[in-house]
Amino acid sequence: MAVMTEFKQAVLPNGLRVVAETDPRGYSMSLGYFVRAGSRNELDPQSGLSHFLEHMMFKGTKNRSAEDVNRELDELGGQSNAYTSEEQTVYYATVLPKFQHRIIDLLTDMMEPTLDEEEFETERNVILEEIAKYEDQAPFGGFERAMEVYFSPRGLGRRVLGTGESIRDMTASRMRDYFASRYRPENIVVAASGNVDFDGLVAELETRTADWSMRSSTDHLPGDSSDTLPDGISLDRQIAIPDAVQAYWIGIGKGPSSADRNRHASRLLASILGDEGGSRFFWELIDTGRAEVATCWPQEFSDCGAWFTYLVCVPDDLEFNRKFLSDIVQRVANDGVTADELEQAINKTTAGYIMQSERPSNRLFSIGSRMLMHEDYVNLDESLERIRSVTREQVAEVARQYLTERPTEVTASPVA
Amino acid sequence: MATSSQSETAPITTHRLPSGMTVLVQPMPWLRTAAMTLALRAGIQYEDDSESGLASMVCEMVQRGAGSYNSRDLVAVQDNLGIDRNSGVSTATVSFGAAMPAESLARAIEIHADVVRRPHLPADQLDDARMMMIQELRAIEDEPAQRVMRRVRELHYGKQLGRGNQGTLESLEKITSQDVQQFYTSRYQAGESILSVAGNVDVDEVLQMASNSFGDWHAGGGCDSPKPDGKSGYEHIEAESSQTHIGFAFPSIPYGHPDYFRMRAGVGILSDGMSSRLFDRVREKRGLCYTVSASCHSLVNAGGVFGYAGTTPARAQETLDVTLHEIEHLIDDLCEEELDRWKVRIESGLIMEQESSASRAGSLASDFFQLGRAIPTEELSKQIESLSLESVRSYWEQHPPTDYRIVTLGEDKLCIQSDGCDD
Repeated sequence: MAVMTEFKQAVLPNGLRVVAETDPRGYSMSLGYFVRAGSRNELDPQSGLSHFLEHMMFKGTKNRSAEDVNRELDELGGQSNAYTSEEQTVYYATVLPKFQHRIIDLLTDMMEPTLDEEEFETERNVILEEIAKYEDQAPFGGFERAMEVYFSPRGLGRRVLGTGESIRDMTASRMRDYFASRYRPENIVVAASGNVDFDGLVAELETRTADWSMRSSTDHLPGDSSDTLPDGISLDRQIAIPDAVQAYWIGIGKGPSSADRNRHASRLLASILGDEGGSRFFWELIDTGRAEVATCWPQEFSDCGAWFTYLVCVPDDLEFNRKFLSDIVQRVANDGVTADELEQAINKTTAGYIMQSERPSNRLFSIGSRMLMHEDYVNLDESLERIRSVTREQVAEVARQYLTERPTEVTASPVA
Repeated sequence: MATSSQSETAPITTHRLPSGMTVLVQPMPWLRTAAMTLALRAGIQYEDDSESGLASMVCEMVQRGAGSYNSRDLVAVQDNLGIDRNSGVSTATVSFGAAMPAESLARAIEIHADVVRRPHLPADQLDDARMMMIQELRAIEDEPAQRVMRRVRELHYGKQLGRGNQGTLESLEKITSQDVQQFYTSRYQAGESILSVAGNVDVDEVLQMASNSFGDWHAGGGCDSPKPDGKSGYEHIEAESSQTHIGFAFPSIPYGHPDYFRMRAGVGILSDGMSSRLFDRVREKRGLCYTVSASCHSLVNAGGVFGYAGTTPARAQETLDVTLHEIEHLIDDLCEEELDRWKVRIESGLIMEQESSASRAGSLASDFFQLGRAIPTEELSKQIESLSLESVRSYWEQHPPTDYRIVTLGEDKLCIQSDGCDD
């Protein structure tokens, strides 16, 4: 079937970037605001602010109350939501193409929030509940702890949700200032995919966002001191969980960035080593029932990366399994992978990309993030080509590069 | 252009093979992919009480080598064909789903025929499969929200229809190779089985593939569903958790009941979307929790509305009270706009389903399973469109929620109003 997608881009006079991968055959259109505001951009007194702000963006504008925002999002019938990571905050919606104008109007209006004091107080409780919710969920903060220990609890290691302490201390005025400093046009990409009227999108954004470059910060927070830990943070590599039944082990080490030329080779390596079905870890540890989970993946950030290894099993078996897993890893680091393994991983991965891309909403995230972080666009066929051209030598090279050193380890397990 | 309306969906072909299998095919020529769902009457309800977990064990074992493939080859051949697969056991059925580039479909159907008709069931791998299931059981113990909902389900549907697919430590220990062989022989049959296919496919070719792979399979396999025997009540599970996890259910009607959408719309108004009653009034207005929701669940002969909320102990009682209050007072202030929003949501979902062969193949199979026929999207769409607010209101007035099953997990018990709050 002929590829009918087309890439389009524009930069508005205020610096805001607009990109789209359009497909006139699409049943839907997706729109997203990608903002360079993540936990790595925060200082200690701002810990958790990017994410808290993401919640508050749904809480009303000068034209709409909080109820209006939620109601109108529902009236457009599609799927809409937001998320915050270490590097960005993303607001997105997928709707029928006939609602394009209304969803642009609504999401753009949301990007000018009132950040009302009373709403802020109510939402603080919701954030505290969200933190409590994750405390009850396996692996009980293990990934956050691993990031804190590996990157330090500031920068990339800063918790996206913040801590109970930082959220209780947060003020609405600090949030307003953070908003003004981060939500400037040069930090924002608007991305669209599917059945999109691109010219209409650009025209509307140009009038609506003209004064966003007036936003500026007045708060001058002192830099963080690295002599002390932020409130509520511990760097203990053992996390004791009173009622836990399983043990959770996380290894973290060096990995490729999302700009790295070897990122595709690294993803294939992770697939061969740790995929859910058919990988080396799977056959040795999962298929045999030795472990509940044994997997690995490269976590790519814009300027660096981390290689995660994750093992879950019965606490008494942890020591044995960890050693077993590390032997498998060492074998790959020493000997690389076989031609059959690589071919299988390539076939599986490329088919997965093709199936994923069938829904335009899935394409939105890679288009938006790629442009925000790297000023770059890669279409599906180019991605497939890059994956298909990975060689055994390249996989062996990344295996040596990322798997030779012993990782930093964090364990969450029942109290002894 | 595809967007003009969903009336352009291709017709659904329904064909019954001599073996008793129903084949459903819907072409989606604008896609690059195809997907299939194969569902057999080999679910949890066919286990004896003492062999809880057996249906899942058999589902695992049939995938450990079949036809000319050993366990590893089976994975390799499917990975190389780009077949993304999943399998699972529910109350009545075991199902195998696969999504793939369209050109792999013929091989996928052949491979699935090997899996369900010619599995090796290697006795020397039984202990591995058992260990794997024990790991899954242990995993749930560390997920309080899942634990609560698992227990609510048992209370709601009763012992046979309500139990989970994982079994218990005791029952898993007892399963033998002979049990696996027996369950397989008696349940993996063509009778009342379903093969649905959607995507960039040709109907005649698919029917031919199905006939080649399943036409001569032995019939038999179906039988009536047991009756639900759940009961109302409240249970508390003591645990050292950060949140109190609240699960609840009350009886309702299943998909396929003539009044289903009158009921379903009410649950939609309660819980679908960010302007829904529970999200707005429990979370947004009061800040009581992060997660609160309610949804419908259907078996063939029974249904229920299930709900969950998670909140820190100090707010737990209020969260439960406000949530149940909202459900009980649903019809006090129903308004037209709420129903309209829900309709647009369902309508958009139906149209966007045209973007995914996997989603469409799944719907074809589950509609056929529940209703005994596939429903064209246009027909479903008309049914939704024609619902009036009055019909929703009168349904809920005549069938007010009652006989709650409530389970909480956390430090302290909560007070259930009908209990009189002694403690």
